[in-house]
Amino acid sequence: MSLLKPTPQVCSWTQALDHSASLATYVANGGYQALRRVVTEQVSGDAIIAELKTSALRGRGGAGFPTGLKWSFMPRAFPGDKYIVCNSDEGEPGTFKDRDILRHNPHQLIEGMAIAGYVLGARVGYNYIHGEIFEIYDIFERALKEAREAGYLGDNLFGTDFCFQLHAHHGYGAYICGEETALLESIEGKKGQPRFKPPFPASFGLYGKPTTINNTETLASVPWIVQHGGQAFLELGKPNNGGPKLFSVSGHVNKPGNYEVPLGTPFAELLELAGGVRNGHKLKAVIPGGSSAPVLPAEVMMDCTMDFDCIAKAGSMLGSGAVIVMDETVCMVRALERLSYFYFEESCGQCTPCREGTGWMYRVIHRIEHGQGRPEDMELLNSVAGRIGGHTICALGDAAAMPVQSFLKHFGREFEYHIEQKRCMV
Amino acid sequence: MANPDSSLRLSAESLALIDVEVAKYPPDQKQSAVMGALRIAQTEKGWLKPDLIEYVADYLGMPAIAAYEVATFYNMYDTQSVGRHKITLCTNLPCTLMGAGELAEHLKNKLGIGFGETTEDGRFTLKEGECMGACGDAPMCLHNNHKMHTHLTPEKVDELLDKLK
Ligand SMILES: Cc1cc2nc3c(=O)[nH]c(=O)nc-3n(C[C@H](O)[C@H](O)[C@H](O)COP(=O)(O)O)c2cc1C
Ligand code: SF4
Ligand code: FES
Repeated sequence: MSLLKPTPQVCSWTQALDHSASLATYVANGGYQALRRVVTEQVSGDAIIAELKTSALRGRGGAGFPTGLKWSFMPRAFPGDKYIVCNSDEGEPGTFKDRDILRHNPHQLIEGMAIAGYVLGARVGYNYIHGEIFEIYDIFERALKEAREAGYLGDNLFGTDFCFQLHAHHGYGAYICGEETALLESIEGKKGQPRFKPPFPASFGLYGKPTTINNTETLASVPWIVQHGGQAFLELGKPNNGGPKLFSVSGHVNKPGNYEVPLGTPFAELLELAGGVRNGHKLKAVIPGGSSAPVLPAEVMMDCTMDFDCIAKAGSMLGSGAVIVMDETVCMVRALERLSYFYFEESCGQCTPCREGTGWMYRVIHRIEHGQGRPEDMELLNSVAGRIGGHTICALGDAAAMPVQSFLKHFGREFEYHIEQKRCMV
Repeated sequence: MANPDSSLRLSAESLALIDVEVAKYPPDQKQSAVMGALRIAQTEKGWLKPDLIEYVADYLGMPAIAAYEVATFYNMYDTQSVGRHKITLCTNLPCTLMGAGELAEHLKNKLGIGFGETTEDGRFTLKEGECMGACGDAPMCLHNNHKMHTHLTPEKVDELLDKLK
């Protein structure tokens, strides 16, 4: 496989190749041609943004925001410093796709960021890499060095006056830095506390300058789109959901891993690719888009296709494409207890509803799990969750509330049983 | 040796690494390098004593309190002493579905300590971690923040612990 033809694999095609991360492998297969073309032929930024809009590429970091539209918000003609920032702070439980892009295809991300720099008028970019994957950070640093030495990063690229420099910033253990404005604070060398919006990063971003932030997979898709056109990308997926997407399948499947399949692929097919439910067990529930997405029962999930619109209609979110599979042996109270602990632990503490509410919810679920639940606890949980969602500076508050509300909605019977019988139903 | 600060001073190699970090950011934004600098300091010295954090802050020309804030906000910095080998086990849901709970018990029994504790001989510290973005390779742990060990079983954990002196 290569970038020379419009392969159905946009981000993962290097994985099967020897020395997947090397510049030589990437260039031998058509890498950096898109960047060279736009820079040397001085393709207009408007034309590239139009291709992105046609492609229906939607942000792969969680919110699914249309990338072409996001890029059009940047004051591209603004004469001062501007930045392009990549969000590789993959910490949403269940998500491990960006790690594979950095590990096996770092140059496609570098090329995507350089094209973004060209279009958005940014001369410097940063890639913020999740703290716990230091070895991957090293791989990416090596790729940056190769790209600089080969003249794909630096001053006067391809003999033109276009200059673009890219650096890696290594996180050190804070889920909240995945939130884009917390990430900017963190690059500035501060605590990762989200900023109040507006102003949005496109006007006041890194160091107060106009900044565009995109997820790793989003930016790595850009060279493919520039090479083969927005229409070809759109056709790989379905209307309003362009392209394929990397799905990280974890939990109770026989073959956990990343699978890049067209948006709109039936969930049942994805499950089969991942080897089916382990040991022939029965599927119980799936969290389709990372731990912050509402859980869905097996019956609902088996009727879904994997795209932003279908999963939203089913009452959840495609999010980051992290599919957490749970079989019949899972106690839903125990599962929710662990997730609630996570949000409690990772709340940055700025907003009272989130700081206090996440701890409160965790303590109530903990006592239900440990046989000390009270009859009124389910109502209490719903009420606390309802008061966090929508009342905070960033979406971590909603992310903490949604699992609680959805677990109670779909698996309330198990919580009642725990409260009444003081033990597990499964 | 008489210099009371000599235990604080970072090696030339570490300072060179910090300079590489500083060069990534605009000249008037040296503070951006504080995360990298604290990581490098911790890797050399084992953990971040208050004096060491101040030293790093001085080196970057930023207020010590701002460096403390960073050191205490991010989970991977150790502002308390830790053993020679810090093992951080991810116990978030995807890892738990794939056996992290049993491994946690195994590690605790084997080392005779709980999460957040250090063995008496100062050899091991055990920590509970959050999602490391590698759930497909679960269960997993991190050794001294930088080396990931994946697809763990009790046997593989035993082998790993034996190797870490
Ligand atoms: C609590 C929280 C955590 C987030 N974590 C990530 C993350 O790990 N990676 C990511 O790309 N986006 C994450 N996001 C979304 C980002 O804020 C942002 O929307 C995204 O990086 C934009 O890129 P995209 O449009 O390409 O998706 C997170 C958001 C919140 C509220
Ligand atoms: S919602 Fe939570 S994590 Fe987000 S800013 Fe408020 S306190 Fe911090
Ligand atoms: S849950 Fe353990 S690495 Fe993601």
